[in-house]
Amino acid sequence: MARKIRVLIAKPGLDGHDRGAKVIARALRDAGMEVIYTGIRQTPEQIANAAIQEGVDMVGLSSLSGAHMSLFPKVVQILKEKGAEDIIVFGGGIIPVDDIPELKKAGIREIFQPGASTEEIIKYIQENVKTT
Amino acid sequence: MTLAKRILEGDIRAASRLMRDIDDRVPSALGLLKELYPKTGRAYIIGITGPPGSGKSTIVDKMVDIFRKEEKSVGIVAVDPTSPFTGGAILGDRIRMQRHATDEGVFIRSLATRGCLGGLSRSTQDIVNVMDAMGKEIILVETVGVGQDEVEIVNTAHTSIVVLVPGLGDDIQAIKAGIIEIGDIFVINKCDREGADKMERDLRLVLEMARKREDGWEPPIFKTEAILGKGIFELVYGIYRHRQALEQNRTMERKLRERAKATFLEILETEVMTHLIEKLEKEGRWETIIDDLVNRRADPYSLVEEIMAEELTKGH
Repeated sequence: MARKIRVLIAKPGLDGHDRGAKVIARALRDAGMEVIYTGIRQTPEQIANAAIQEGVDMVGLSSLSGAHMSLFPKVVQILKEKGAEDIIVFGGGIIPVDDIPELKKAGIREIFQPGASTEEIIKYIQENVKTT
Repeated sequence: MTLAKRILEGDIRAASRLMRDIDDRVPSALGLLKELYPKTGRAYIIGITGPPGSGKSTIVDKMVDIFRKEEKSVGIVAVDPTSPFTGGAILGDRIRMQRHATDEGVFIRSLATRGCLGGLSRSTQDIVNVMDAMGKEIILVETVGVGQDEVEIVNTAHTSIVVLVPGLGDDIQAIKAGIIEIGDIFVINKCDREGADKMERDLRLVLEMARKREDGWEPPIFKTEAILGKGIFELVYGIYRHRQALEQNRTMERKLRERAKATFLEILETEVMTHLIEKLEKEGRWETIIDDLVNRRADPYSLVEEIMAEELTKGH
């Protein structure tokens, strides 16, 4: 039997704009995935611990506040420290193109910019999670 | 160190992976569950049920504060519904509990029902067992919020709490038969709302009219305002009183026997069904059976008898 894809959608940092995160959560659910949503204003520690306890395949981070350069890599780092480097981290939100190479170097596997379709994100997840 | 040993020592990563395998029904999970079973039965399991929006997650969140102050380690299993149309789910109970996410003594796991009725998922009992084996002293199980039929929790929990709120339509409507019978403790949450006192009176009346319980326990009603933490201390001590009562009058023993039986029957049923369905598929008999039934060449009762007879004489 195929495994069910589990994804954590989280909002690190202080901005309270979670519309985008909720749209993604709903789209992933409608694509048949189990989505754990942890709400706004999460610290990287909270997000990493939730990802481990929930046994997810991927973590999707959304940030509109501009703090992605410090918060996104922190999540990757804590996951690694806790032996959970197999959990794939991707991100989205308002992220300047120039920041993308550095984020990728820090272990964020993919960045979706404003205008990315939910289909793109779903396809990305389905292609990068082993379900058998 | 073996995986089982790591889980017994409380390794979160190892336990979490096993839970995933259990939920995804990966065959190798069985071996570990077999190893862990003898080490379970130490945790005290509390079930929380009630309609959507009644505040179950917030109550759990606040109770955890008290358990942690008492230095008890805590496991939480929160169940949310799977969409019957897409098979997907949004699991949002964690939102109210995330402040405990950095506490090493608290393990929170969200589960989707994956088509299971009754307020829990098929994997719930096994996942509770894993937390038990990890050494969690208190395990809180929050069911899907439906409000009428999620009575499965009694087979899992030692103490079942039913949460109600004033103002969700007809008050008595909210207090239907099944849910009244499973409650060891009742909570009227958001008790600052209009109608809380009336609800309490109505509930008390319903409880008085209900069938007297064999164990002699009279379910108490607590009024809470969980968001402010009001009434939670009293609720937790209500749970402790119930636990004491269970242990004193040997109800615990009966409860444990009932639970063992329910678990065994469930596994037996699943195994027998899976086995028989595989057999019919392998022998390519599905279509013939359906054709015969539709065309009235055979009746389902005789066909089942036939298949059972084949199975039972096999190997003799």
